[in-house]
Amino acid sequence: MRYSYQRRTCAIPRAKMFPKGTKRKFSDSREEPVAGGEDVNQSSLAAVRMLSSYSLQRQSLLDMSLIKLQLCHMLVEPNLCRSVLIANTVRQIQEEMTQDGTWQIMTQALSAANAAAQCSADRLVATEVLCRQTEAAQGEQVPKPFPVVGSEGCPAKEVLEEEAAAAEVGMTMSTVSPQAPTSYLPGTFGMDPCWEEEETGEDDDDEEEEEDSEECGSGSEGEERERDSLVEDTRTAEQVFGTFEIKNPAPSPDPALEELFSDVDASYYDLDTVLTGMQSVPKMGPYDLLESLSSHGPSPLSSSTSCRSDLNELDHIMEIIVGS
Amino acid sequence: MKCFSRYLPYIFRPPTTILSSTCHTEADIISTVEFNPSGELLATGDKGGRVVVFQREQETKSEPQRRGEYNVYSTFQSHDPEFDYLKSLEIEEKINKIRWLPQQNAAYFLLSTNDKTVKLWKISERDRRPEGYNLKDEDGRIRDPSTITSLRVPVLQNTDLMVEATARRVFSNAHTYHINSISVNSDLQTYISTDDLRVNLWNLEITDQSFNIVDIKPCNMEDLTEVITAAEFHPQQCNTLAYSSSRGSVRLCDMRKQALCDTHCKFFEEPEDPSTRSFFSEIISSISDIKFSHSGRFLMTRDYLTVKVWDLNMETRPVQTYQVHDYLRGKLCSLYENDCIFDKFECVWNGSDSVIMTGSYNNFFRMFDRNTKKDVTLEASRENSKPRAILKPRKVCVGGKRRKDEVTVDSLDFSKKILHSAWHPQENIIAVAASNNLYIFQDKVT
Repeated sequence: MRYSYQRRTCAIPRAKMFPKGTKRKFSDSREEPVAGGEDVNQSSLAAVRMLSSYSLQRQSLLDMSLIKLQLCHMLVEPNLCRSVLIANTVRQIQEEMTQDGTWQIMTQALSAANAAAQCSADRLVATEVLCRQTEAAQGEQVPKPFPVVGSEGCPAKEVLEEEAAAAEVGMTMSTVSPQAPTSYLPGTFGMDPCWEEEETGEDDDDEEEEEDSEECGSGSEGEERERDSLVEDTRTAEQVFGTFEIKNPAPSPDPALEELFSDVDASYYDLDTVLTGMQSVPKMGPYDLLESLSSHGPSPLSSSTSCRSDLNELDHIMEIIVGS
Repeated sequence: MKCFSRYLPYIFRPPTTILSSTCHTEADIISTVEFNPSGELLATGDKGGRVVVFQREQETKSEPQRRGEYNVYSTFQSHDPEFDYLKSLEIEEKINKIRWLPQQNAAYFLLSTNDKTVKLWKISERDRRPEGYNLKDEDGRIRDPSTITSLRVPVLQNTDLMVEATARRVFSNAHTYHINSISVNSDLQTYISTDDLRVNLWNLEITDQSFNIVDIKPCNMEDLTEVITAAEFHPQQCNTLAYSSSRGSVRLCDMRKQALCDTHCKFFEEPEDPSTRSFFSEIISSISDIKFSHSGRFLMTRDYLTVKVWDLNMETRPVQTYQVHDYLRGKLCSLYENDCIFDKFECVWNGSDSVIMTGSYNNFFRMFDRNTKKDVTLEASRENSKPRAILKPRKVCVGGKRRKDEVTVDSLDFSKKILHSAWHPQENIIAVAASNNLYIFQDKVT
């Protein structure tokens, strides 16, 4: 049987969208054939069946919330109260979905769908990350609520590159040990250096966030930072997805770059300074879920041509700095 | 819906003019409105960092109908846009709050704040200036000393009234997050400024030091689930302050207990009604404004759909809850999508604490009489504001047949919102800000 996971728009009037706390039963499945001819496993079928109207509504709310958190106010600091409220909403949905078992099923469905066909980078992100999260969730019973963690005060360039970087970033995830998925700050938004990602067992969140903050705080070095994250990602990407064409050459993290930041006072770039200036990027599956879901719709933020030109520019700058 | 008297005891009529800026840009959107303690002055702050102060005209016997009209008294640029180089972010110049100090001499003082910096402004009149200098002539040009043959003593001459505003203090670099409130203490020596996670106590005379008295920042920012949304000093007790949170709770703190008021004395929170629970419950419970009553006995909180009045002696639930626009409860998803659910409405008491007022959408604002339990919806719009006409109560039709003059929920304009308003401390004069327009309504006892 064929299976394709697609997000379906919900035709339910918004006014009736969320009845008072009652859960609906899961309605009948809707199966759709997929051009490709691969088999699908039982968990994927179950996922399809679970696309009841309530779940769709909840999913739609989750998507909306993630997009809201993703949108970066590039010039002015985002409103912390709004970010916290949206993040709490996402957390609430995530907890409910985990209790339902929907979360795991969705994870498996995505991984099945992605394994079955040659997919776009965005799906790969979702796959790796969600699988990671599933393992984590199984390990921890309760999913760790994702934080309203800032990544970077978004120069426009980096936000535009989020789509392109998504793939590389997702691949980075795969090298992280299952014990430390929560230490991952997804660089899906084109930022967040992943030097720590490479160290397994590195789940000292604060230290990592300080590192991130440190890099984020040095605004002028944003490009080289981002370049590094892409660098990291591409190296691991090659390991995992050999057929995937990587644009960027892949030098290893340069000690020279570490030295550049060595004199920066990490304590200043505390996470709160990051948070205030940055968009909110939670660490958990929901965000990467965003990637898989938003790929189905037009992305308001990126254009692939500008991504590529930006990447080339970063290549060039990186070469100068690293001196490769 | 049960019938109620069409009017509250006061009948509001608009003045002869509606005060608004001539060219409507985003910078002209009014972001705060505040009467001074005597009610003689009314200050507004806008998104462009400007403060405009209006003064009430004195009553004159020759033109009694012009009693109490507010005219522009002073305009000044309070805050300018800044750039935080370390974060590569702009700091908006929008005036978030203005608070007046009680008048102690001929000059007026107010505190105005943007996201990061609080400033103390002195507004003073000058109607005399010295004339007859020896070394410079009337235009200010330096005179050639060789042409001076005699000396004279400068004398003060009357000139046209000039109102000047000078920044007397700048309180900066104390807030990592965005300042949402300022409140002057009843001791008139200190004030607090509040951002999303901290409350700082300042002395009005000292700008290079402030004391942090509340800090709810978690060690790990990932654990952040609650922020401070507003804070205010008690009107009489100089040791007591209250702050509200995004989770719908209010904490009362006593500064005498300890230096850091992280532990509260009283905790006001109403238990959630499980029958109305939804994914939006937390968002709509977030308190956008708190105000102590003038008496100091009650505290009013505004969340997205309701206004609640709390007795400071009872923490378990409010003594009164007023529905501002409950018809929006079914539209929360759309309002979440267009971000309107995050709008922060303010609320105000009248001078005698018998009536409370708050804003809504479609340029509607609502008043609730606490004693008679009557309420009214009024609209701030040019069409309805002919001079000396009575404001007509409006009604939103919640379902079924729409009567004439009623407005349906779907036709409400969510871009026209009344977030800021003020009530004269003694009289029944209200100032309502609708984007770049300021409406002043007063009742005329004829």
